[in-house]
Amino acid sequence: MRVSVSWLREYVDLPADLPTGDLEQALVDLGIEVESVVDLAESVTGQLVVGEVREIEELTGFKKPIRFCRVDVGAANGTGEPQEIVCGARNFAPGDRVVVILPGGVLPGGFAIGARKTYGHNSAGMICSAKELGLGDDHSGIIVLGSDVTAKPGDDARPVVGLDDVVLDLEITPDRGYALSLRGLARELSHAFDVPLRDPALAPAPVGTETPAYPVEVRDTVGCDRFTARLVRGVDPTAPTPSWMQQRLVTAGIRSISLPVDITNYVMLELGQPMHAFDADRIAGPLVVRRAEAGEKLTTLDGVNRVLTADDMVICDDSGPISLAAVMGGETSEVVAGTTTVLFEAAHWDPAMVGRTARRHKLFSEAAKRWERGVDPAVALVALERAVRLLTEHGGGTPGAEILDIDHVRPRTPISLPADLPTRRVGVEYPPARVVALLERVGCTVAQGADRLSEDPGAVGVASGVGTVLSVTPPTWRPDLTDPADLVEEVVRLDGYDKVPSVLPTAPPGRGLTPRQRRRRAVANSLAERGYVEVLAHPFVSPELADQLGLPADDPRRPAVGLANPLSEEEPLLRTTLLGPLLGILKRNLGRGHRDLALYEIGAVFHPRVGAGSPPAMGVDRRPTDEEFAAADAVVPAQPVHVAVVLTGDIDPAGWWGPGRPAGWADAIEAARDVLAAAGIPDERVEVRAAEYAPWHPGRCAELRVDGSVVGHAGELHPVVVAALELPRRTSAMELNLDTLPPTPVTPAPTVSGFPPALIDVALVVDDSVPAEQVRRALEAGAGELLEDVRLFDVYSGAQLGEGRRSLAYKLTFRAPDRTLTVEEAVAARDAAVAVAAERLGATLRGA
Amino acid sequence: MSYRNDPYDPKQVALLDPAALAEAVADATKAFEAAADPDALTALRSVHLGDRSPVSLARREIGALPPAAKSDAGKRVNEARRAIESAYAERAEVVEREQAERVLVEERVDVTLPYDRRPRGARHPLSVLMESISDLFVGMGYEVAEGPEVDLEWVNFDALNIPADHPARGLMDTFHIAPAAGSAGSGLVLRTHTSTVQTRTMLSRKPPIYVIVPGRVYRTDEIDATHSPVFHQAEGLVVDKGITMAHLRGTLDHFARAMFGPEAKTRWRPHYFPFTEPSAEFDVWFPEHRDGPQWVEWGGCGMVNPRVLRACGVDPEVYSGFAFGMGIDRTLMVRHGVSDIRHLFEGDVRFSRALGTGA
Repeated sequence: MRVSVSWLREYVDLPADLPTGDLEQALVDLGIEVESVVDLAESVTGQLVVGEVREIEELTGFKKPIRFCRVDVGAANGTGEPQEIVCGARNFAPGDRVVVILPGGVLPGGFAIGARKTYGHNSAGMICSAKELGLGDDHSGIIVLGSDVTAKPGDDARPVVGLDDVVLDLEITPDRGYALSLRGLARELSHAFDVPLRDPALAPAPVGTETPAYPVEVRDTVGCDRFTARLVRGVDPTAPTPSWMQQRLVTAGIRSISLPVDITNYVMLELGQPMHAFDADRIAGPLVVRRAEAGEKLTTLDGVNRVLTADDMVICDDSGPISLAAVMGGETSEVVAGTTTVLFEAAHWDPAMVGRTARRHKLFSEAAKRWERGVDPAVALVALERAVRLLTEHGGGTPGAEILDIDHVRPRTPISLPADLPTRRVGVEYPPARVVALLERVGCTVAQGADRLSEDPGAVGVASGVGTVLSVTPPTWRPDLTDPADLVEEVVRLDGYDKVPSVLPTAPPGRGLTPRQRRRRAVANSLAERGYVEVLAHPFVSPELADQLGLPADDPRRPAVGLANPLSEEEPLLRTTLLGPLLGILKRNLGRGHRDLALYEIGAVFHPRVGAGSPPAMGVDRRPTDEEFAAADAVVPAQPVHVAVVLTGDIDPAGWWGPGRPAGWADAIEAARDVLAAAGIPDERVEVRAAEYAPWHPGRCAELRVDGSVVGHAGELHPVVVAALELPRRTSAMELNLDTLPPTPVTPAPTVSGFPPALIDVALVVDDSVPAEQVRRALEAGAGELLEDVRLFDVYSGAQLGEGRRSLAYKLTFRAPDRTLTVEEAVAARDAAVAVAAERLGATLRGA
Repeated sequence: MSYRNDPYDPKQVALLDPAALAEAVADATKAFEAAADPDALTALRSVHLGDRSPVSLARREIGALPPAAKSDAGKRVNEARRAIESAYAERAEVVEREQAERVLVEERVDVTLPYDRRPRGARHPLSVLMESISDLFVGMGYEVAEGPEVDLEWVNFDALNIPADHPARGLMDTFHIAPAAGSAGSGLVLRTHTSTVQTRTMLSRKPPIYVIVPGRVYRTDEIDATHSPVFHQAEGLVVDKGITMAHLRGTLDHFARAMFGPEAKTRWRPHYFPFTEPSAEFDVWFPEHRDGPQWVEWGGCGMVNPRVLRACGVDPEVYSGFAFGMGIDRTLMVRHGVSDIRHLFEGDVRFSRALGTGA
């Protein structure tokens, strides 16, 4: 909401020499966000004067029509001769008075004005539009001063166009509809500066008459609980809107249209009451206010033909709907150039209905914005009177004697407020008298001693304690005040948030991080220590990703959670694997010249609950039962936390020490093992097996199992995937589901023997198809308890071993807890180990 | 000097002549002195102390002496041998020391050669910050609470006193989850704030509740330098008996000092949030701001709206609570002077490496 301070001063006695900084701070302390404060007097420097256009010479031969003008600026230019100015606007004629900035002046935005040659003529200065002066967005033409302006050529134009003012751009929170008006803002400022308020809503206004101003029937008094109207006949259709009114509308960002329409907007700004002006001669028959019928059509003022639903409210005449109630009028009944009979309407509509209608039709008009946030139902007749007076004053005509007022507004229920509640909630001592005084200041009516607790079980947040209970009736303009907590806020807001002391509460003893949280940190730190860089990708992915990753048709990663309103139509789904977005980040890094990359991410993936349907409706007047909430929760997609790494380039960089080593499938599997170790899963419960699983290379993919259950995969990506995603060859990856890992067990301590080890090497020849993992397990099984460690130190295949055979060389470490092993004992254990490998896997000792 | 009278062959025992022995000692000492390194010295040992060395040969001659002369000659030979051994030892110490010193010089390397053989990894700076915020509050007795990123609309809105037709819901710029075919609405959203975990925590725990909720949230903001559809918040929730706004301020002041230094403080501006009443936005005074000390917008806070307590099964007549939430991304950007939020999500390794190590 943009308003000028001079206008505010009409209703509130602000200190005469109020610095803008103090004004801004006062508004902020009231809870009104200040987007900007612009002192217009400082926004234009140099000579800004009134000019009268003497001659216009149309210049032709240019891309657009250009005018060369001679403008009388009085003695302002020092010569008294007409100023010669080239101008691109066309909305003026000789004799018009305009606003001229002379050379040496600077417009908002640092736009310096000089004398220069342009379009073949010398141009000294500029004729200004409202936008160029920072007065609004209107750039459709230059400012032409109205006939009501008395300034002469050469006079300072600043006061004439309102450039001697301070303009506030305010952001009003959605609960405070009343602050979207001069009336509401002036009231707030009167609190801040403790100065008198002249409430324009207290102006006298005649009440409704027996005979209606116009036949109206309100069929839905829930959607429309008040409807007032009055006619003005014989209005001069050519009467212009006075400049001061135009200026205030322009400052507020509202376009000037015609005198009757401008008046409705002006009254809306002043009193907060949105209004509508009908051309009564274009209405046929009595008006009916009702819900629309589904499928009914209406062409609104913006020229859009809208299809209505049964939730919209409309005002109809004999022809059908002529106005989308509270949101936008219709074309057929709008005030036009020849309108002489104006029917003003000031009604009160259901805020929820207006909100739904505005959203459904994407019509966020100034009126709808106010309705949604709450309008004072008591101000309608004052607004009507104000509009009628303004119209007859500036456009002539005669107001009808009849005033329509269909009033179904229900009186407000008082709120029961324990007088000590503000103290108990805020932690500042507010004596009851202070509470009463502050509430009365915002307009509440406060009665003491009326304990309404028992009568009003629906009251929210009332602590039943001993002591005074206040019965507080909020003012009609504050529909947001419904609960005791709302009144507490008014008390602390007016008393000052800065008075709230700082006291640290003492929490009961906590239990620290959960095992799951500690595990996630351990995994993250372990990968970072091993050289991986953590990234956080956006989870949005394209439907094509599943194909690019080569996921089979029945892969559980294919069904994805979709967004109804994605930012990008190309990426409407949420990831089911971390790899898609993570590989995207890998590519971005490659594009920026990084070659050797090891990245990781820990984050949620999303799996829809197929067939779960919609959650059951739940109210908020009580806690849902555990069963109700469980039923709703069952619809929420599964969102397990995964960890993934991607690798490309060298994992060991080349340097002066020698060549590097490219990252590959084995590094990805090592990363998976590291993660499981960091997660506290003992090695003996981890198993690595060959697997065929997209998007990995079928011959270079491992599945990781814990206690026999698959928890993830690692290896080199499938060459087809690498090609589809345009990744470097041999890009490798790992992804584990951290949420499927079993809890970290309490690990029993190992026996640490101080006796010397016996080391024996064995080379076993096995078939190519035998996984090393199985050979190791066989050796472990056969060697018995004396075996401390098995380490594969060489893998060899060659002609001498025969086709399809390979040799695996292990270093076996034997050790006893209580003695130094003899050679015989160690050899016996070795032989036993080899025997099991031979029996299970057909292994033979190399060279034997 | 009785031996002078002993009958022996002077030619045969010339080696035992004191002068000859003295010469052998002198020769040996001189040769040892000339040895430049331990190897050369070792080679000289057999020459001057070995079986064929003058002193060894002289010892053999002793047997030829008359008994009376033997003792005297033996003493002389032993003295000479000790002198040579001593000279050897002395020289050995010198050359070995010299050798050791020489090795240290010869083995010198350029220690400034770059050694970045094991590339350094990094946490994401936002993760580091979320963990440090969690640690701060865990230290105060809070627990870290979590919830799903796709959540029920009821949890994200209704339970937090944001009814379907309320303009506050429209202001949230929500990502809605597409409904299943044939269904009007999914009833699901990407959570617009970590306040969803307020709802879930109050549904699942009994007061007293002291939790901190760091997490990811989503709004339909087009990506630019200051907006991202994905960002992070930390939300604090306390529900206990006798909780006041003063407790809220105390907690925020403590939090501010932990994040922005001991001089940091907070100030409040009245504001509107449906789930708190009274509500405020809060700024923090950051003395080390890169553009000079200044107030920085930090987050929103307030006393938990009794309507929220009731929808979540907490009796508002017994308990009161406060809640606050602030942007973690914004905190990181302000603290480190990051001018473009895109750096946080593009995943460029230079960004994480620069800010994602250390606490």
